Order: sequence, then C-alpha cells, then structure tokens
Amino acid sequence: MKVLNRKVLRDLRHMRGQVLAIAIVITSGMAAFVMFIGAMESLTLTRDRFYREYAFADVFASLKRAPESLRGRIAEIPGVSVVETRVVAPVKLDIAGFPEPVTAQMISIPEHGTPLLNRLYIRSGRMPDPARDEETVVSETFANAHGFKPGDKIGAIINGRKKDLVITGVGLSPEFVLIMRAEALSPDFKRFGILWMGRKALGKSYNMDGAFNDVVMAVQPGADTGRILTEMDEILARYGGLGSYARKDQISNRMLSEEFRMLRRSAEIYPTIFILVAAFLLNVVISRTVSTQREQIAALKAFGYDNLAIGIHYAKLVILIVLLGLAGGAVLGIWLEQRMGQLYMEVYRFPSMLLRINPLTLLAATAISVLSALMGTLHAVWRAARETPAEAMRPEPPAKYSVSFIERIGVGRWLSQPSRIILRNVERKPVRTFLSILGIAVACATMLTSGFFSDAVNYLVQVQFRLAQKEDMKVAFVEPTSRRVVYDLAGLAGVHQVEGFRQVPVRFRFGHRSYKTVIDGVEPDGRLHRLLDDKARPVAVPPSGILLGDYLGELLGVKPGDTITVEVLEGNRAVYQVPVAAMAKQFIGTTGTMDLTALNRLLKEGDSVSGAYLVADSNSWEDLYRQFIRMPRVSGITMRTNEIRNFYDIQAKSMLFFTFVATLMACSIAVGVVYNSARIALSERSRELSSLRVLGYTRGEVSYILLGELGLLVLTAIPLGFLIGYSLCVLIAWALASDLFRIPMVVDPPTYSMAAAVVLASAVVSALIVRRKLDRLDLVEVLKTRE
Amino acid sequence: MVQGEIASRQNHSGNNVVFQVSGLTKVYRMGEFEVHALRGVDMELYAGELVVLLGPSGSGKSTLLNILGGLDTASGGQVSYLGISLTQAGDRELTEYRRAHVGFVFQFYNLIPSLTARENVAVVTEIAKDPMTPEEALALVGLTERLDHFPAQLSGGEQQRVAIARAISKNPKVLLCDEPTGALDSGTGIVVLEALDKVNRELGTATVIITHNVDIAGMADRVINLSDGRISQVTVNTEKKSPQDLHW
Ligand SMILES: Nc1ncnc2c1ncn2[C@@H]1O[C@H](COP(=O)(O)OP(=O)(O)OP(=O)(O)O)[C@@H](O)[C@H]1O
Ligand SMILES: [Mg+2]
Repeated sequence: MKVLNRKVLRDLRHMRGQVLAIAIVITSGMAAFVMFIGAMESLTLTRDRFYREYAFADVFASLKRAPESLRGRIAEIPGVSVVETRVVAPVKLDIAGFPEPVTAQMISIPEHGTPLLNRLYIRSGRMPDPARDEETVVSETFANAHGFKPGDKIGAIINGRKKDLVITGVGLSPEFVLIMRAEALSPDFKRFGILWMGRKALGKSYNMDGAFNDVVMAVQPGADTGRILTEMDEILARYGGLGSYARKDQISNRMLSEEFRMLRRSAEIYPTIFILVAAFLLNVVISRTVSTQREQIAALKAFGYDNLAIGIHYAKLVILIVLLGLAGGAVLGIWLEQRMGQLYMEVYRFPSMLLRINPLTLLAATAISVLSALMGTLHAVWRAARETPAEAMRPEPPAKYSVSFIERIGVGRWLSQPSRIILRNVERKPVRTFLSILGIAVACATMLTSGFFSDAVNYLVQVQFRLAQKEDMKVAFVEPTSRRVVYDLAGLAGVHQVEGFRQVPVRFRFGHRSYKTVIDGVEPDGRLHRLLDDKARPVAVPPSGILLGDYLGELLGVKPGDTITVEVLEGNRAVYQVPVAAMAKQFIGTTGTMDLTALNRLLKEGDSVSGAYLVADSNSWEDLYRQFIRMPRVSGITMRTNEIRNFYDIQAKSMLFFTFVATLMACSIAVGVVYNSARIALSERSRELSSLRVLGYTRGEVSYILLGELGLLVLTAIPLGFLIGYSLCVLIAWALASDLFRIPMVVDPPTYSMAAAVVLASAVVSALIVRRKLDRLDLVEVLKTRE
Repeated sequence: MVQGEIASRQNHSGNNVVFQVSGLTKVYRMGEFEVHALRGVDMELYAGELVVLLGPSGSGKSTLLNILGGLDTASGGQVSYLGISLTQAGDRELTEYRRAHVGFVFQFYNLIPSLTARENVAVVTEIAKDPMTPEEALALVGLTERLDHFPAQLSGGEQQRVAIARAISKNPKVLLCDEPTGALDSGTGIVVLEALDKVNRELGTATVIITHNVDIAGMADRVINLSDGRISQVTVNTEKKSPQDLHW
C-alpha cells in the first residue's frame, strides 16, 4: 500500500470520533433514502406484477341497472379490448360472536369461473362453485380479522332475510389491494370486507338476472382513455351511470399511488437534509485537518507531490468517511425497509411482497452523496492543494480577533474573561458559527416533523370526530327514502337525536376544470354533522347556494360568489348553476354541502334522505344494530367510536415506526453537529486552554470556555429549529395534500419540548465526551508541540 | 519537458555550476506595504559544494533557499538550475523539478506524524525516479534501529535525521537545509551535521545549509553572508573542518 494511503487510514483513526459522528449522519441519510426508495420500488414492483398477472382493469363504471345486451355496445367502443360486466351489491353481515355492524361489498364472478379482469388470487381454499348459491370467497384482511377459514359460515342479510354463506376460499384482488369503505378515514378490516360470489346467485338475490350494475374494461395499449370514458358515460347515462373512471381514480390504486408519492417526497426531503449537514460537517473537519497539516502538505510539496496528488489525498479522506456512512446506511436502510414493508403488508395486500432495491438507485445515492461531500469540502481540499509550499512552511498567523459586538454595545463590563473569549470566538467565524447553529437547528426541525404527524392526527380526530361529526352512528339507506323515516328512527328505543342527510353524486364544473364528487344535503340547524372553518368553528349552512370544501375550491379555482355548474349523476341527471356561498375547512375528502331542503328542491324529487345520523344510549346500540340489520332499506351502519379506534390502530403502528426513525435521525444530526463543533473547538484551542490551565484556571473554568460556547450555539439553535421545523411541516403538509386528505398544520407544545429535549440531550452527551477529553489534556504535550 | 532538457544539459555542461543566480529580487506585498526580502542577489552554487548561508534574522535566507528549491517564485532576476531557468518555470515544472532534483531539510523537520520513520522516507522514495530504499537512507543517518518508530516516539535529533534521510533518499542533486540544527542541542546538532556532511561527501550532493550559528560555517566550502536582502560577504574556507571538530 502506498504510504500516503496509509496516512489516510491513520488520519481516519486519529479523528475516529468525528469520523464516526459524520458517518452516522450519512448513515441516517442513506438509511432514510434506502428505506423510502426501497419501500417505494418494492411496492411498485409488487403492485405492477400483481396488476399484470391478475389483469387489473383500466376503466371502471357503476350504474343502476342495464341489460346484459348492452355489453356488446360497450365492447364496440374503439380502444376497448376486454369488457366484463358484473353485479356489485352492498350487503350487511351477521357474524356470530361479533355484535357490531359489519358490511361488505359483494362482487360477482362469472359463471365460467375466473374473471377476465381483476382475477382473484386464492390464498387458501378454492373458488366458489358457480352452481351453488351459498359459496363465497372472502377478502384476506377480513378473513384474518375474524379468523375465518375455508369451510366457515357467515350470515348475510339479503333483502331483509338472513342467508348462510359458506366460505370456500380466502382471496386477494388487484382491485382491492387496499380495502376501504368509501368516505372512511382508514381501512376497517373487521367491519368491512369483500365477498366474491357466482354471478347467477348474486343476480337472483339482487334482482339482476340478465342484467348488470357494474362494468370493468381493459383498453388496448395507447388507446385514448379520456375518449373511452366520455363514450362510456354517454352509453351508460340512460342506465343510471354514476360516471366512469380510469384506473388512476380507482380508490385502492389511488391510495397506493398516494403512498408512493409520500414515500418519494420523504425520500427527497430527509436524505437531502442529511447530506447537506454531512457536507457541512465534512467541510469543517477537513478544513481543520488541512490547517493542522499545513506543514505536512508543505513538506510533501517540497518533495515534488503535485497539487492533484495532495487534492486527491484529502479527497480520499472525504470519500472514505462518506463510504463508511453509506455502507452503514445501506445495511440499516435495508433492515428498515423490511420493517416498513411488513408494516405496509398489514394494510396493502399482495400475494407476496417483493422486497427489492435497484442497485442503480443505490449507486446513484452513493454518487450523489460522494459528490455533495466533495463539493462541501472542495474549498478545503482546494486550499490544501493550492497552498504554496513556502507559505505553508510558516506557522499560520495568530487568528484575528476583535472586540465582540455584545461588548461594544457596553454589556462587556459585566462579562468575565472566559465569557469574553466565548463571545469573541463565536464572532470570529461567523459563517461557521451560523452553519453550526443551522445544523443543530435542523436536528431540532427533524424531530419536530416527526412529532408533527401525530399532532396532526390527534387534531384531525379531535376536529373530525368531536366537533364536526358528533353522531354515534350513521345509517345509510339503499336508495333515497322519504324524509319521514327520520321520525321513525327517532321513535326507536334509546335514540335521542336523529338528523337526516341526502347524498348525491355530482360532477362540478367551473371554467375548464371539473371534479367528480358528492353533495351532502344536511339539516341547516343540525348539530350532529357540521362543517367547520379554519379555526374549527361551525360554519352555517346557507339556505341556498353551496358550501365547498376549501381544497375543492382550490381545485376548481372557485371563490365565494362564483357560480358553478353542478351535473347530477343520478335520477333526472339534471344540470344546474349553483352559487358558491362559502368555503369550509375540509381535511378529509373534497365535497360540497347544501341545505337538505334546498338540495331536494334542486333535485325536484321531493323531501328525501339517503341516510341519517343518530345519537343513542350506548346500552341500546347493540339492540339498534340488530334492528337495522333486519331493515331491508338500511344498507349499512357505521359507528363513530369504531372509526376513531380503528383510525388510531392503523395509524399508531406506522406513526410509532416513523417517530422512532425520525428520532434516531434527529439524534444523529444533533450529536454529529454538536460533537464535531466541540471537537474542532477543542483541537483549535487546546493550546489556549492549556495555557489558561497553566496560569491556574481550573478544569471547570476551562471547560466553561469551550462548552459555554457550545451551549450558546445550542440555545440559539433551538428557536431557529422550531422555525425551520414548522416551515418544514408546512412544506410536508403541502407536498402531501391531495383530494383524499390534507394534513392539518398543528404542532403541539409537547412536540416542541420533545424536540428541544432531544437536541439538548444530544448536546449534553457530546459535551460530556469532549469534557472528558478536556480533562485529560496533557498540558506539557500541548504546549510543546508546534502548531 | 524540463526533465529531459535538464538531463541532456547535465551531460553537455562543461562547467559544474548547479545554480546560477543573478539580480534575484523578492518583494512581498502585504496590502500597502512592500517587504523587500531580496534586493538583488548574484551567486553560483557548484556541484558537490557545501555552502553555509549566514545572516541576521529577516535578511532573506529562507526566501533565497525557497526560491532555489522551487518552493517560491522570484519577483525579478534570474535563477537557473543546470542552465534551465527556474524563474520562468510554472507550477507544474517546479513540482517536477522538486520531485526529481531537490532534497529539503526543514528547521521543524515537517515529518508526517501519522507515518513511521520508514514510511516518512517512503513518501519520497515512492515518487522518485531512482531512489535508495528507505532502509538504506535511514542507515546513512544511523537510524537502522528506529525504522518503525513514529515521529512522536523519536527525539528531536532523530526526527531531524529522519528528515535528512527523507531528503537524500532520492539521490538529489541538491540538498537545501533551512536551520537543520536550529531546534537541537549542540551534541545532537553535530550528529545531524555529520549526516549532512557524509551525504555531501559520499554522494557529491551540492548542499546549502542555513544557520544562525557562525561556528557551523567551519564545515563549509564557502560561507555566504546575507544582510538586508543582499550578499554582503563570501568567504572560501581554505581549511574545511569536520563536524566533530565544531563546538558551540
Ligand atoms: N510571506 C511573507 N509575507 C510578507 N513578508 C514576508 C513573507 N515571508 C518573508 N517575509 C519577509 O521577508 C523578509 C525575509 O524573510 P526570510 O524568512 O527570508 O528571513 P530569514 O533570513 O530566513 O530570517 P530567519 O533567520 O528569522 O529565519 C523578512 O522581513 C520577512 O518578514
Ligand atoms: Mg528563515
């Protein structure tokens, strides 16, 4: 081995503490990158394979009812390659030993066996026998949640009558990678499932013999999907079409895509922070190394080493530190990716998860890290290379100090000499001081972003379930029903309060923008289900006009006072011009709200409701669902408490994981920056400090000079970290916002305290390590060596 | 390429002048101030010669040596090495020149603390054309016993001898020493000077030694006195002393 390479290794060993601290920062960044990108790539690969092998459809449409003969017309649309008609129906289930409302979506499978599109992967058991009308395949998450196995029986309430179904298999479908009830906050595996049954059996139960109410299609490669959707809508309009949509708007696929977007954003944001911090730390450390080795550089040059050789020598130091960190990061990242993959697999179901990371991605990450690190140290390495040998031979001139600003404004009188030293030091290298503060602040900010997620979730639950939705349960009807039903419900034992609501599928248009969603008609003076403004105060529902969610307003580019076009997607399919009365803050979904009466007037279909919100005695809940389950007109019941509990259950695990990872990262940055600042300060000033010790200063007093400076940096950094952290949260909230949900911008005081505490703890640990070194300072040795 | 040019001139040059210096000036600019470190130096250095450079502090000794060694560039005048102008050479040529022809010994040794004695010498032998082995070089300065010691484990005199071994290991044409004994006691200083003298005699290396110590001048072929950036006096020693006979 070349001796200079040996020098690189020995230099690394000599500054191992700092090397380690920097490597850990790089490790964290790389781990975050590998985890996020790896999870994204693995999921993408897994998804694509599932979609391909199980023929995930390209176009989806639901309608009220159409004769099977319509199939031929749909197949004639240019660009359509496969058409499959289906019967899809909601069903209430009665599960022994689980006295809570459980609903499912039943989906028909063709008589000839496997579906052409959205084929089933059978995890266990077998496909149902089309000739038997009681056999069914259930979705895996639902089966697992209840412990169902092939051969088990479940009760389905079809048209008010209970029918025993036999589970023949447990299956997965590309259509239901994520199974979530429309409008739900999070998946509820216990209370919502998918059941696949033979077409004939299902058709008979739901009066769909020789007819269908759902259609899925595959399109030819390169076909114009937009045009196909338009033609579909035209064809289906007569049959109560609810608007066809492409794969990208299919809910399960959509949620997956959102997840990928989130992973990609995270993979961009966090590793960038880390690599910037690492580049800064490397800059400081290498600059310091170069200045302590000036004379060595001079000697090397005097003996004929050229600029390039010297530059490469120091670049090697940088590259080795970076590679050390990256290697650790890749290992940790792959481990984290696996944990994260498992976490995903609990919610997103695929036949199997392909855990994979593209070596090219790793290579790219390595190249980017090495390049950034070299960029960060370019100046120092360049200085080393450029140093003229004669110049380098001379000891560096004493550092230039001046009377600090604080002293100049007159406070200096009360400062001790050590305090003056601290202040003058901080001021002497303003850029480095600032960057150190910034580095520590970033650690604090990272911590804040991790806390932000749980704060946001808590706030969301608080606002959504305690202020906006106050009902105990929501009852949905199979189809719009006379508003009088509200009085019937109010008469049930234990029910305190009932408010009806009407929900209509619509498409909003404003200018050239359009958005498909629903309008909720609510009782204007209702107390159970309210809209809130951005300060969480109730917004009154105007007697006429429409109230839009803020995000919907943004999507459409609408402000209060504008008039928008509303195309109703059911019944008379009328088109109206409706004035926008106001905006309401909406975190989940993107809908419009109107006064129930005004909405009914608009629809010209009399006083009807599609469901009702109820408040009832908790002792009578069980009785109530027993009754609802038997009511043919009730299609489903949702419990608010279940929704909250479930939301937390699903969120808690990933939140815990994320907080764990973020804390680890924040600590690594904090330790990295603080330890390095302290270590550099020690190396730069050991002579000065030893001299003070020789003059009779105690260890404590000498430590104060060094650690006091550190304390000053940390204390300045924390408020700055709060500021950066908050901005980062705003950025994250903005980057993750979609029409499915928006993250509320709330950071609670405990999150601030926690962030500050983690930074302080990291600082104290670093300070103790440096303090120990300081205590062991060999006075004679330090004063003897020439620097 | 300077390298080849130098090599060919070497063979054809009839006289044995190594350095030819004329009208050499060096001005340091520090903001508005100008420091005239050298104000017109004319001198020659001959092959195999040992020259001692004397002069008060600040007289320009180090400056002159650094320019001769290609560590620094002149402000005016001419310096040529074996007939090749150093004053017109660029950084690349100077590096090449140092790599192939010059050995340096510094007052503060400038050893690389993370490398052992042997490795410190290897730093130079690795890039030289026709070097001795580090062991041979260290043997020349009497350090066979200390090959694997780190600088921190060596005494000042031993460190300086490692520095000399490093400087001579590539068989340089010239050896430039800036106060090689400045940091040493007289006994150790003499050991170091013996090493330099031995190299000068045995390898015929033209050697320049800067010192503040007038007594050391006794071992020189010629003594050049510098004061205020000019050569004030040149003495030729008719009777050259061996380092053992020096006292201070
Ligand atoms: N980089 C520099 N910038 C400005 N002035 C310089 C620089 N280097 C040397 N000088 C000045 O040039 C003059 C000659 O310096 P030089 O180092 O050659 O002296 P010297 O004879 O070697 O002195 P000493 O015996 O103290 O080593 C001095 O006045 C010195 O201050
Ligand atoms: Mg000098």
